Amino acid sequence: MEDHGSAALRGLLAAMPEAILETHARLGDATASVDPSRVVDVLRHLRDTAGLEFDMLVDLTGVDHLGATPRFEVVYHLLSLRHHHRVRIKARVGEEAPEIPSVCGVFASANWMEREAFDLYGIRFRDHPDLRRILLYDEFEGHPLRKDYPKERRQPLVGPRN
Amino acid sequence: MASEPHLLTERSRDREEDDSYRDLHTEHQVLNMGPSHPASHGTVKFVIELDGETIVGLDVQVGYLHRGFEKECESGTWYQAIPYTDRLNYNSAILANVGYCLAVEKLLEVETPERCQWLRVLAGELSRLGDHLTRTGAACLELQAMTPFLFGIEARELIWDLQEILCGARVTSNYVRIGGVKHDMPATFPAVVRESFPKIRELLEDFDDVITQNRIFVDRLRGTGFLSKEDCIRYAVTGPLLRAAGVPQDLRKTEPYLVYDQIDFDVPIGEVGDNYDRYLVCVEEMHQSLRIVEQCVAWLEKNPGPVNVDDPRVRWPAKGRVFNKMEELIQQFKAVTEGPMVPAGEAYHAIESANGELGFYVVSDGTAVPWKVRCRPPSFINLAPLPLMVKGALLADLIPTFDFVNMIGGECDR
Repeated sequence: MEDHGSAALRGLLAAMPEAILETHARLGDATASVDPSRVVDVLRHLRDTAGLEFDMLVDLTGVDHLGATPRFEVVYHLLSLRHHHRVRIKARVGEEAPEIPSVCGVFASANWMEREAFDLYGIRFRDHPDLRRILLYDEFEGHPLRKDYPKERRQPLVGPRN
Repeated sequence: MASEPHLLTERSRDREEDDSYRDLHTEHQVLNMGPSHPASHGTVKFVIELDGETIVGLDVQVGYLHRGFEKECESGTWYQAIPYTDRLNYNSAILANVGYCLAVEKLLEVETPERCQWLRVLAGELSRLGDHLTRTGAACLELQAMTPFLFGIEARELIWDLQEILCGARVTSNYVRIGGVKHDMPATFPAVVRESFPKIRELLEDFDDVITQNRIFVDRLRGTGFLSKEDCIRYAVTGPLLRAAGVPQDLRKTEPYLVYDQIDFDVPIGEVGDNYDRYLVCVEEMHQSLRIVEQCVAWLEKNPGPVNVDDPRVRWPAKGRVFNKMEELIQQFKAVTEGPMVPAGEAYHAIESANGELGFYVVSDGTAVPWKVRCRPPSFINLAPLPLMVKGALLADLIPTFDFVNMIGGECDR
């Protein structure tokens, strides 16, 4: 695998080559697809290694590749305030009971963003301290950003709550 | 600016030393505030655990304005998502337009003409001014200071008049296009800018005179809502909140996009990271935005040129050619009915919006319909550490802190 001239990819490939499945740097975005069970190690390595110092997890989201296996993808965007460079980490999770370790222990900002991905895609984040729905209400049925969730689907009426 | 970062806990420390409080066996009380509360602009619910007037726990419940932005984007063309981006942060609609179009252009590998880029900077800075005026004005209003709010709104009216001349709409402007902008600046625009900017500066001065040194205002802001530099970074807080904590992170400087590298402006930073620093940072950013707009107008007056990229994949051909040539007619027909085909791939582009890093992560499967449009909403991410900012503070401190987080329901809940 190639590092495409990115310090982050070079560092990852040197430290944990077995966890990296694929790399690319199309359109200037350095990207690594990683083994989902190693995502916490990968992010911790990126945060703590001198020269990389990705101190901010700016974004975390899911993507539904309906029809592909594994079906879901969790996408992390990291930024280093010191070096002003970015990297994208992706991890695929399967359709049956999609689950991936939570990265809340590495980046506090993951808390709400993982809740959102859980809410809208139904991806479970193992060891998340407070995995509740965030944008939708508890009684909502299904996960609306999944491609097989029809846009016009009606939800049951929910009475007032106290 | 305040130099003592521990003011937040001063009041609670006083209490601990006061024995009369220790003898009282108080019970915690849970208070529901919102989702519709007059002191919180935006629809959000706080479940607050109180010990007397002190906040011991806070659960922020968002989502009341969730309209399925991302789901809607996946059912139209790439173009049809632009009006939805207007309705994310409705205080600074153009910035979201710009952010989305830059992400799609990155995926298309399209470079817009220089004049278009200056126009986008101009429109975006007007938007930022409107956003900051609303934020600081509303913060004063919610602290019972009506006059500065009216100064702020008067100045915002002048900004919105300029936006109307430029885009044809005051709030949801829908100005930016993939590969260009809707139309060029009208010939009368520079004259109106020269006429209204002295008025805006005067209003900002009045605003400053009446509130910045006001004893009540300073007491309510200084030392409240404190969030350290380290916590800001841990929670990925960006924008004026991060800069108020002393981190000079502004994407316009650190990762310049459009023509920001050719523009002369300064990035103000705070020292402590309390609400007063946030206020001062916002006020200074408004003065910097005025400077940027003036530079844009000066450049645009001197350099006429096209505002749309000459690329049939994304922009429609000129009307004169459409009516007289067969190929152009077909191009126009396909552009309108199908929209641009975006090559398969993924791209992330972030801009500095009024609230912080506004990013768009777009995924295409090679068709004319987006596979995924993710908005990285600064409001949502900046709101997450709110419990940390107000823990141990008085209930009344929640109001200014929430004001300066500037959570915008449309962007937070999407």
